[in-house]
Amino acid sequence: MQFGLFTVGDVTPDPTTGRTPTEAERIKAMVTIALKAEEVGLDVFATGEHHNPPFVPSSPTTMLGYVAAKTERLILSTATTLITTNDPVKIAEDFAMLQHLADGRVDLMLGRGNTGPVYPWFGQDIRNGIQLAFENYNLLHRLWREDVVDWEGNFRTPLQGFTSTPRPLDGVPPFVWHGSIRSPEIAEQAAYYGDGFFANNIFWPKEHFQGLINLYRERFAHYGHGTPEEAYVGLGGQVFMRKNSQDAIKEFRPYFDNAPVYGHGPSLEDFMEETPLAVGSPDQVIERTLKFREHFGDYQRQLFLMDHAGLPLKTVLEQLDILGEEVVPVLRREFAVGRPANVPDAPTHKSLLEKVPA
Amino acid sequence: MKLVVISAGLGQPSSTRLLGDRLAQATGVEDVQVIELRELAVDIANNLVTGFPGARLRAALEAVEAADGLIAVTPIFTASYSGLFKSFIDVLDNTALVGKPVLIAATGGTARHSLALEHAMRPLFTYLRAVVVPTSVYAATEDWGNDTTLSERIDRAAGELTGLMRALPRRSPEPAVVPFEQQLSAFGLTV
Repeated sequence: MQFGLFTVGDVTPDPTTGRTPTEAERIKAMVTIALKAEEVGLDVFATGEHHNPPFVPSSPTTMLGYVAAKTERLILSTATTLITTNDPVKIAEDFAMLQHLADGRVDLMLGRGNTGPVYPWFGQDIRNGIQLAFENYNLLHRLWREDVVDWEGNFRTPLQGFTSTPRPLDGVPPFVWHGSIRSPEIAEQAAYYGDGFFANNIFWPKEHFQGLINLYRERFAHYGHGTPEEAYVGLGGQVFMRKNSQDAIKEFRPYFDNAPVYGHGPSLEDFMEETPLAVGSPDQVIERTLKFREHFGDYQRQLFLMDHAGLPLKTVLEQLDILGEEVVPVLRREFAVGRPANVPDAPTHKSLLEKVPA
Repeated sequence: MKLVVISAGLGQPSSTRLLGDRLAQATGVEDVQVIELRELAVDIANNLVTGFPGARLRAALEAVEAADGLIAVTPIFTASYSGLFKSFIDVLDNTALVGKPVLIAATGGTARHSLALEHAMRPLFTYLRAVVVPTSVYAATEDWGNDTTLSERIDRAAGELTGLMRALPRRSPEPAVVPFEQQLSAFGLTV
């Protein structure tokens, strides 16, 4: 099982000091966090993609290429890459290039993006969101698997005898996760291709995601990729920890109360009840995360959102120390207990290469 | 048959709730659940902020979806349904009321607001593709004192509601999975 971080890349004021980091500080902080992820023994770093303030990561493969050069084991990923507004040709090329630079330590998570105004900036329309996700991925899938592509669709110019370069490393396309919060269509798409399904469950109650994940698992089996238990499921989570749970709550509460995504609604306690947000001792976070398996079945990838709500970099790095030293080793051990032998690990470049017929 | 009454009354006791109760009673339906939005006011506001309903509100939303018929009663505030009432409708799934028989009713200080039912409530439920009964029931303060036609209107509206509840079977709640090829071909795409 893989454990890692995903980051939105938001520039959020620290409510306890009123200070807002500059874009340069935030971008460098994201890189520092990525390098720290490898240092503390995590497996994955995934960055968001956004094209509007207050977010900085508009160019994920640039950032991930830099991180690739500074790391040895870390898998570089996204959360998410916009399959709707990016040209699938450019996605095919950017991520194949990154694969070569990172010696295969690359996968990606596709998402649609939920901000209407972003679409026309890239010549698209949010009302075609699902259709764009289907057509663009259909092309991306072919560009990585066929050396020469003739193609015609609704949203970009036709391709005649086109070869996307560089070709994927060792002829193995990067593994793809399809991220969704509410669309059964995307669960169906992930199942159809035998790709991974990442349920970003961090803001909503579990009942909602149980439906989506079960649908994905059943349809994965329907399309002949394996049993429902053999499907590839990823989940999110967001935590804040201190040795004593009361210290964690006291320190995190002003961040929660003022954060754009959390604040001014339910209390911290109510939000923890309804969503995966876990604020407390490392043991409480472990217990909470282990529950995911009861709700969603054995799964392959757990990503934590750690640099949220305007927390300063120093605090985030402390959190990563606790995560790497006290939480993830226990989670690795506990998730392995009673895990059926047929439940696969998340695909990596190496495992996919081994499956290629000689 | 299951009937759900949504009451957006704020007073206790509330004339809006009273009207809801009288309408429910007049239908003769035995399985009646009353949802007092006042008790869910904070949960509704939280849902607007977070994008998801808490457990208590979720139960209320599910009850509305599962009902065979609905009675919706709001006080008229500033020429329309109350903000609390509209906020609850806003957090309902936009397909929750499709094909569902709905009786609309309202209370107010004077009869001068009675057409708010026709220019605000009815279009709201029509938009949600509910089947709104022809008779809507407005109760002004004066109606409670010298009840001449209120009881008549209540009985007529309740009769229309139960007639529709019997005639319109509840739609199946679980949409079937649409296979991927079929979704693609709906967009004119092939694999």
